[in-house]
Amino acid sequence: MRVMELPTCRTGVDLVEVSSVATSIERFGDRYLHRVFTEQELASSGSGADKRLASLAGRFAAKEATMKVLQVPGPGLDWRSIEVVRHSSGACTLRLTGAAGELARQAGLSGFSVSITHEAGLAVAVVMAVAAGPAPQPDDVADCHCTRTGET
Amino acid sequence: MEAAIREVLAAHGRLPVDAHTLGEEDDLAEAGLTSHALVNVMLALEEEFDLEFPESVLREKSTFQSIGSIADVIRDLTASQAAS
Repeated sequence: MRVMELPTCRTGVDLVEVSSVATSIERFGDRYLHRVFTEQELASSGSGADKRLASLAGRFAAKEATMKVLQVPGPGLDWRSIEVVRHSSGACTLRLTGAAGELARQAGLSGFSVSITHEAGLAVAVVMAVAAGPAPQPDDVADCHCTRTGET
Repeated sequence: MEAAIREVLAAHGRLPVDAHTLGEEDDLAEAGLTSHALVNVMLALEEEFDLEFPESVLREKSTFQSIGSIADVIRDLTASQAAS
């Protein structure tokens, strides 16, 4: 009997304090902004100061959540290789280029989707992607990705 | 060098513990270093040591794992810069 290998989902989540983004901009200015965000992200992150900070925090959370989906072992990739694209509807999608795109291809990941929200000084992002191939068995599971940042 | 790294962690790591009390091999993620604070630590280290962490180094799990591993990476990068 032929066993069907169904695709599986990978999920990543991240939480960022909006104030931490404000602190980074105050301390490191353009070095921080241009190291982490693309020109498109900076241009589309809103006009009011508070709204812009929350938007950038959400984008950072989305990048980190994507890195968890990609199962990046180290601190990260070039953060700009994961780009959050905001559409006129308000919905966001992800564009993976460079190293992030290559990791996604190598892992057989597709159908990336992202959801971002921010309130009460916090920004949260959830990212999901479809992985070709069977789900990992319990014995195959290695490090928990929640240890990337020490956050639960 | 380790002392300078501790100062950077104390100033930018937003750790719930005093960075000066961390052992050189203590896991920084376990000590509370978040993903966003790591960006600030990285930028501050680049300023402090006048270098830039290449992406190949950022992808390695061990790079920012501890004060000791950060020091090792910086020594390697500094030596590479001097040799080139």
